[in-house]
Amino acid sequence: MKSLAELQAIRDKAKANLNLRKENPNAARVLVGMATCGIAAGARPVLNAFTEEIAKRGLQEDITVTQTGCIGICQYEPVVEVEIPGEEKVTYVKMTPEKVARVVNDHLVNRNVVTEYTIGANTK
Amino acid sequence: MYRSNVLVCGGTGCTSSNSLKIVEKLKEEIKAKGLEKEVNVITTGCFGLCALGPIMVVYPEGSFYSMVKVEDIPEIVEEHLLKGRIVTRLLYQETVEEDTIKSLNKTAFYAKQKRVALRNCGVIDPEKIDDYIAVDGYAALGKVLTEMTPEQVIQTILDSGLRGRGGAGFPTGLKWKFAAANDADQKYVCCNADEGDPGAFMDRSVLEGDPHAVLEAMAIAGYAIGASKGYIYVRAEYPIAVKRLQIAIKQAHEYGLLGDDIFSTGFNFDIQLRLGAGAFVCGEETSLMTSIEGKRGEPRPRPPFPAVKGLYQKPTILNNVETYANIAQIILKGADWFASMGTEKSKGTKVFALGGKINHTGLVEIPMGTTLREIVFEIGGGIPNGKKFKAAQTGGPSGGCIPEEHLDVPIDYDNLIAIGSMMGSGGLIVMDEDNCMVDVAKFFLEFTVDESCGKCTPCRIGTKRLLEMLEKITKGQGTMEMLDEMEELCYYIKANSLCGLGQTAPNPVLSTLRYFKDEYIAHIVDKKCPAGVCKELLQYTIDKDKCFGCGMCAKKCPAGAISVTDYTAPGKKKPAYEIDPSKCIKCGACIDTCKFKAISKG
Repeated sequence: MKSLAELQAIRDKAKANLNLRKENPNAARVLVGMATCGIAAGARPVLNAFTEEIAKRGLQEDITVTQTGCIGICQYEPVVEVEIPGEEKVTYVKMTPEKVARVVNDHLVNRNVVTEYTIGANTK
Repeated sequence: MYRSNVLVCGGTGCTSSNSLKIVEKLKEEIKAKGLEKEVNVITTGCFGLCALGPIMVVYPEGSFYSMVKVEDIPEIVEEHLLKGRIVTRLLYQETVEEDTIKSLNKTAFYAKQKRVALRNCGVIDPEKIDDYIAVDGYAALGKVLTEMTPEQVIQTILDSGLRGRGGAGFPTGLKWKFAAANDADQKYVCCNADEGDPGAFMDRSVLEGDPHAVLEAMAIAGYAIGASKGYIYVRAEYPIAVKRLQIAIKQAHEYGLLGDDIFSTGFNFDIQLRLGAGAFVCGEETSLMTSIEGKRGEPRPRPPFPAVKGLYQKPTILNNVETYANIAQIILKGADWFASMGTEKSKGTKVFALGGKINHTGLVEIPMGTTLREIVFEIGGGIPNGKKFKAAQTGGPSGGCIPEEHLDVPIDYDNLIAIGSMMGSGGLIVMDEDNCMVDVAKFFLEFTVDESCGKCTPCRIGTKRLLEMLEKITKGQGTMEMLDEMEELCYYIKANSLCGLGQTAPNPVLSTLRYFKDEYIAHIVDKKCPAGVCKELLQYTIDKDKCFGCGMCAKKCPAGAISVTDYTAPGKKKPAYEIDPSKCIKCGACIDTCKFKAISKG
């Protein structure tokens, strides 16, 4: 170790993995439906796309990605719920890995719900 | 990038209840489900709640699974890790509320704790230096080397009020200041990891869970006093701690955080391990250093103190593992932060190893000034089986027993001494009404008699004579004069012994004499052991009117002391049995066998 900057670089790199091990009550939550129906409809690539997108943007501390069970609207799987503390829960349906980047960018970062992906827009 | 981290405790407690097999099975199941790129399995140090081991925590949910079995793993992987359904049935039940799961930090065991020395235990992977660096590891060493003078470092430690966590409570900063003031071509920094008190395991847990914290602190101490070499004296009976220390030292070398020219500042520091062969006296500082030199571990008179002439006759500082575990935090967060915790003369936190008759056996870290009542009844979850609290023993063989009347005394170094015990390294053994205090004193005396190195007479012979008197009392052969003789002998041993071992060895006797004299008197005058522990004073009897004459006890009795009589109680079909006291060896097998509760002891 030759300098403090070198130490800092290792720290920044290693930190991302450790942030998962903290309980952050203010974190936004992305819940991916991973019951049998969700998995069959392709929820796993969606889940992985969220994890990767969030890691790419270094947001692990503020957003947690977890799976959840079946919420009863199997025909709309893969279903993803986004919970931001203090805001109303938003349910996205028929998600694909391609749609993930926009949800992260528009909704989780810039706080604009991607209306066209939500359950409201897809059930009319 | 992982979406989930599974932390499994790899401390000695959980390892002994098979946690490594759990890790193996977890990895196998995760692979079978194709989750190995999403879920990371990490072996950590001790979580503290050893009574509930093996322990496993899943993040980001923070689900705390307790008493996990290898057979539970497929279900946890399938349900929780694959489908996201927490297996509530297997969680630590205190975290389960009607429809939500409570954060672990809000449970009774963790809510009152304040983790400074243990902050990384159960959080990081102790075998990965990157994990330690991620939680600001080695930042304090960097700060000290690039921004602070040795004097400033010592002043910070002095201002923090940190006192030695090994037991005696000497101010750490003062120790460093003395060693820094002595000029020499070579000085040494030593770490006392020869944790020997029965029931104490906090140093082991720090070494197993956060070994780099100790290495970093020793390097800081080296810079402060002008030393370039360090030794960690660790018990060979701690194989996991030794292995993790070896890995940590190797990794620190690879990163250049130990070795030459650290952070390009010209500061050199290196650490070597020395394994102790298991003598209790080697936890005493002068014996420890003699042992590092390769000689028989025996104490020598002080002065000269180690700060003047220590290891290899050079100025040396010796601090305990837990003391070192606080150093980096003090440097990073400041002396004021540390001094804001605790009482007037005892700052910061203290780790206690809870054991004995208590529900939550394990490791707790509390701010100084917490009362014993809070530790035993809130954090520790009280006494099992609804028994009554009798005493808490702190300080191991050097400490004493604290009775119920002092449960509300705020715990710090000075208060504990005032009530006849001591902080010691932090073992805390809880005793209930079934513990005989004379027997407890005898237990600790047996330990010190065994472990006395024999160099000085007061300790070698004095403790032996003391033990002989205690043995007589527990056999019903004591006299009231013996109590005075014992007390006098205790003070002689304390005043005349060469080292801390002898000077504190009589404490268990003195404190039990002070608070539980009535129990001694019961043994001497009434020839009874009120707690029913001292075998020689016990008599087992069969209540012939309750006896159904089944004969199970007679079959179980290993001494053939039970035989049938010709008395048949009214309403019973077979004659009752009786015990011949001259043959009875008081093993208690008959009591456990009798279905009719017809046998009693007393």
